[in-house]
Amino acid sequence: MIGITNGAFIALIALGYTLVYGIIELINFAHGDLFMLGTFVCLTTLTVLGFGTEVGVAGTPWWALLIAMVAAMIFCGGLNMLAERIAYKPLRRAPRLAPLISAIGVSFIFVNIGLFWQGPTPRRFPDLLPQYDFVSQLFGLHTLVRFTFKDLFVLALAIPLMLGLAWVIQNTRMGKAMRAVAQDTEMALQMGIDVDRVISFTFLLGGLLAGAAALMYGLYNNNTVFTLGFTAGLKAFTAAVLGGIGNVTGAALGGFVLGLLAALTVTYAGGQWENVGVFSLLVIILVFKPTGLLGQALGDRA
Amino acid sequence: MQKRWTAGVAVVSALALLVGACGGGTGGGGGGASTSKTVKIMSSLPMTGASRTQTVEIVNSIQLAIADTKINNVTVQFEALDDATAAKGSWDAAQEAENARKAINDKSVVAYIGTYNSGAAKVSIPLLNQAGLVMVSPANTYPGLTKPGKGEADEPNKYYPNGKRNYFRVVPADDLQGAVGAVWAKDLGAKKVYIVHDTELYGKGIADVFRAKAKDLGLTEAGYEGAQKADNYRALANKVKDSGADLVYYGGIVDNNPAVLLKDLRAVLPTIKFMGPDGINCSEFLKQAGPSADQSVYSTFGGVPPEKYTGKAADWLKSYNAKYNNNNPNPYAIYGYEAAKVVLAAIAAAGDKADDRQTVLTNVAGTKNYDGVLGKWSFDANGDTTLTQFSGSQAKSGSWAFVKELAVPQ
Repeated sequence: MIGITNGAFIALIALGYTLVYGIIELINFAHGDLFMLGTFVCLTTLTVLGFGTEVGVAGTPWWALLIAMVAAMIFCGGLNMLAERIAYKPLRRAPRLAPLISAIGVSFIFVNIGLFWQGPTPRRFPDLLPQYDFVSQLFGLHTLVRFTFKDLFVLALAIPLMLGLAWVIQNTRMGKAMRAVAQDTEMALQMGIDVDRVISFTFLLGGLLAGAAALMYGLYNNNTVFTLGFTAGLKAFTAAVLGGIGNVTGAALGGFVLGLLAALTVTYAGGQWENVGVFSLLVIILVFKPTGLLGQALGDRA
Repeated sequence: MQKRWTAGVAVVSALALLVGACGGGTGGGGGGASTSKTVKIMSSLPMTGASRTQTVEIVNSIQLAIADTKINNVTVQFEALDDATAAKGSWDAAQEAENARKAINDKSVVAYIGTYNSGAAKVSIPLLNQAGLVMVSPANTYPGLTKPGKGEADEPNKYYPNGKRNYFRVVPADDLQGAVGAVWAKDLGAKKVYIVHDTELYGKGIADVFRAKAKDLGLTEAGYEGAQKADNYRALANKVKDSGADLVYYGGIVDNNPAVLLKDLRAVLPTIKFMGPDGINCSEFLKQAGPSADQSVYSTFGGVPPEKYTGKAADWLKSYNAKYNNNNPNPYAIYGYEAAKVVLAAIAAAGDKADDRQTVLTNVAGTKNYDGVLGKWSFDANGDTTLTQFSGSQAKSGSWAFVKELAVPQ
């Protein structure tokens, strides 16, 4: 269960990577750091609303959580669009390495914003969700498997968000345009699709998901730090590659596989083997299926 | 487009020039009369990450010591280096090596105060050793840095390539602290202990000492494993629950998320005891752990907490609090002061040769019956302090409360 919940965060961030890659073949290194800034926005919003600490708070202030999530989503979405406008758009026709480097630059800028904003020490995130274990308290079973309210909260938010994303891509005009741009940018342009707007929209979507993941992460793990983005980004990127980069379903699946595998490794082999287990699997899968679990060989355009 | 680029480059280089100019400003002083000398002390501590609260206090203490000490014809400058990087959020081996080289290459540097983390000391001791530069640590507690037979087979000699000791510490080492912890755990009624370490030199070192002593004392080992810094430790918490342990011992530093481990343990085991060494004995740990740090959370450390200071230590605390407007600093602050004082005494004793690294090193090594804020103590042949005072604290509503002094088991 732990694996599935951890996997859900990874999956949401991985979607941000894969969406952007699918459209413009850019690995947006700043995405993990965007997520980190999202957790700070949540924390700040909750503090402003008077819920900076759980001490003295009875029950769960759902409305405050909702406001915090919306704030983080708008912030991350907007910031991601802004970063695209400033750092990637002018380089769209440049060699492929140039936007990659500017993405790394944006990542550093985000990290330092986080550093100045919340300082170098980890920050505590209020523990606002009810403590409730369904397995032991509802069914009276005392086993290693737990399914707490927090797990439910994460899954109840993450899964609809992923389904919503799939719906947007499959059924809306914008989604159709996104798929068209992903397949052939030149042709899409000639068919009258506003490519800039589509790309902007993609960054917005990726940012929204990162913002939502930020709130879930904060409430689930109850702490955040400015260096969070690097590891989060690395794991999410791995998940995206594992699932087949550019493939939206693949990124979600990759996130869950990664989370599960990490939890299994910790339980059965010991904590120091966690990353060894995860990355060994990545190597094995990529050796036998270089396009990832669900990736298809589509020439050089995903 | 081309024009905009050029303008951008111009702005950037102007900025670079400005920064360069600012950085150069500090080096200019000290060119006074021919008899007066300017020497420099550098410190290397992790100033980025969870240890920051404590390291800032140590730096404050060093500055306080320098301000308190007048040496005739010698001006002492001080520079605090950071051996942590933003990317890691804790100490970094490459950064520590760079700091050591910086100190070596600056000819006015006669002493290096650091490091905070034992793993970092492992990097800088051999470098400074070859340069004959004295290093005094206010916080390293891994035994193998100085004591033969307490660490790996080739320790500590591999750290001293030129064969002469240049490293000293004012805190008692973990071969004592880990054992003290195990004895205390038994006193607290623990029967089955689960030992977790952060896989670093210091954390694993002290966890191993605790483990060996716990075995001697007849405690059952419910589990032993390394857990690196992670977002959460739910899987590990479940494992601890399954093992039936009644106490978890964490060997490691606050930077590697023990507060998160504690919180995840609390979710499944609301009453299990949690004990750690000096690495978690800081306000930062309790701040991060929040309500999880209730009364069954314990820590050990060398010396006594500020509220128990007497005599010279109490006077020091008064002047520290007056200057830095701080509610009592964490336990390491006073060690920072003592380390700086020992170095300053060595510089003062050097007289005309205050800028000679070799003389300062010999003077520090010769520290005997030094009457400092920690009491009367000496450096032994290994460079360890002769002090062996430890105390145990318990978390109480957001701060560490002194429980008792712990005797070193023979």
